[in-house]
Amino acid sequence: MIRVVLPAHLRALAHVDGDVVLEVPQPVTQATVLDALEDRYPMLGGTIRDRDTGRRRAFVRFFACEQDLSHDSPDEPLPPAVVSGAEPYLIVGAMAGG
Amino acid sequence: MSGVRVLVGTRKGAFILTSDEKRIDWQVEGPHFPGWEMYHLKGSPADPQRIYASQSSGWFGQVMQRSDDGGASWQPIGNDFAYVGDPGTHQWYDGTLRPWEFTRIWHLEPSPTDADTVYAGAQDAALFRSTDAGVTWHELAGLRAGALPAGWQPGAGGLCLHTIMLDAKDPQRMFVAISAAGTFRSDDAGQTWRPKNAGLLSDGIPNPDAEVGHCVHHIARHPSRPDVLFMQKHWDVMRSDDAGESWQEISGNLPTDFGFAIDVHAHEPETLYVVPITSDSHHFVMDGRLRVYRSRTGGNDWQALTEGLPQENCYVNVLRDAMSVDTLDSCGIYFGTSGGQVYCSADSGDSWTPIVRDLPPVLSVEVQTLP
Repeated sequence: MIRVVLPAHLRALAHVDGDVVLEVPQPVTQATVLDALEDRYPMLGGTIRDRDTGRRRAFVRFFACEQDLSHDSPDEPLPPAVVSGAEPYLIVGAMAGG
Repeated sequence: MSGVRVLVGTRKGAFILTSDEKRIDWQVEGPHFPGWEMYHLKGSPADPQRIYASQSSGWFGQVMQRSDDGGASWQPIGNDFAYVGDPGTHQWYDGTLRPWEFTRIWHLEPSPTDADTVYAGAQDAALFRSTDAGVTWHELAGLRAGALPAGWQPGAGGLCLHTIMLDAKDPQRMFVAISAAGTFRSDDAGQTWRPKNAGLLSDGIPNPDAEVGHCVHHIARHPSRPDVLFMQKHWDVMRSDDAGESWQEISGNLPTDFGFAIDVHAHEPETLYVVPITSDSHHFVMDGRLRVYRSRTGGNDWQALTEGLPQENCYVNVLRDAMSVDTLDSCGIYFGTSGGQVYCSADSGDSWTPIVRDLPPVLSVEVQTLP
């Protein structure tokens, strides 16, 4: 089970409280986690990844295990602590004023 | 008892203001979608309980919302706005070519006859239509294919399609306006389009009377006279009596003819309203005085309306979609400001009162007249 923490705006959009818990097939990567997230919550489509390119939106960041994974390949396996559910996968709105 | 519902989009959420036909006591509800930019909300003329809303953010992009109960509850709808084919390029600010790229929806125009059909104006400029209540969107690509897009370039706010006008009596006839491209008309329900900018003069482009490239800020008309159009251009207030075939300036005695908003009285087709803004570099009202100007003669002869509006130390702006009129017997005029005020006049502009004073900067104001 993968735990995903959404930023407040996206929690409100998806009507969820707290962490999102997802079943994600192996291999667990950023791409497969986001695919599972968007399958469960279609309204999040386009808000995290650009619909045309599939790439991370510029002001969205991905953190886990105190590491910034934003620039990693979306197809790299996530850390074992995330895969085991011990640590969450954080989707973060970048600090950019506003 | 009849009443009004005012839909207010702001930089940080949406608000719904309701009152009876007296328009004295108001209920203020919101913010809906707090923290998001709400460029536009508009109700369906075919079903006033159906409201569409454009919700966006620099972080999370474009989201669309729909309410089927007058704004009491909302559900996210489709937000996949894909340009047809290779979207091509348009001029960038420095004259170089730049690929078309979707940023946001500026304006929503529900069909006057079908609550499930709604049009959306995009940045970068394109027109989309949904016929399934916003679940899916499809570009009317004939606009970019045939309306000389090589001459389009973004205004300061971006290359945005901000005005969509539909005609309940003639579904073949449509108008759109784009900054900075101009006005375009379709006579075949949006399949093909032609520029309709003859008579516009713009100093900010190499050829002042070019067929396209004009920074049209907004267009309004009275529903009883669909061929008579009134335009607030970047500079100049204009009118066309022949469905955009030709335009004439009607700025007349306005203190400045720069501005964004323009609208038409619900029962007097020759009565217009504008809010003059100092200049393209000073986006606030002149001399610290918030004045709506009204012409009862279809332009040229304008009267300042000031009762109830601040007449000192006021430096707000009123954006293109931030003015609206109701259709009650005593026509109500509404506008919102960059300072977060929403003003109402229940007597055609003779006097004004603020409904709210301290909202986030107002992007759009639309009013629904309820039975």
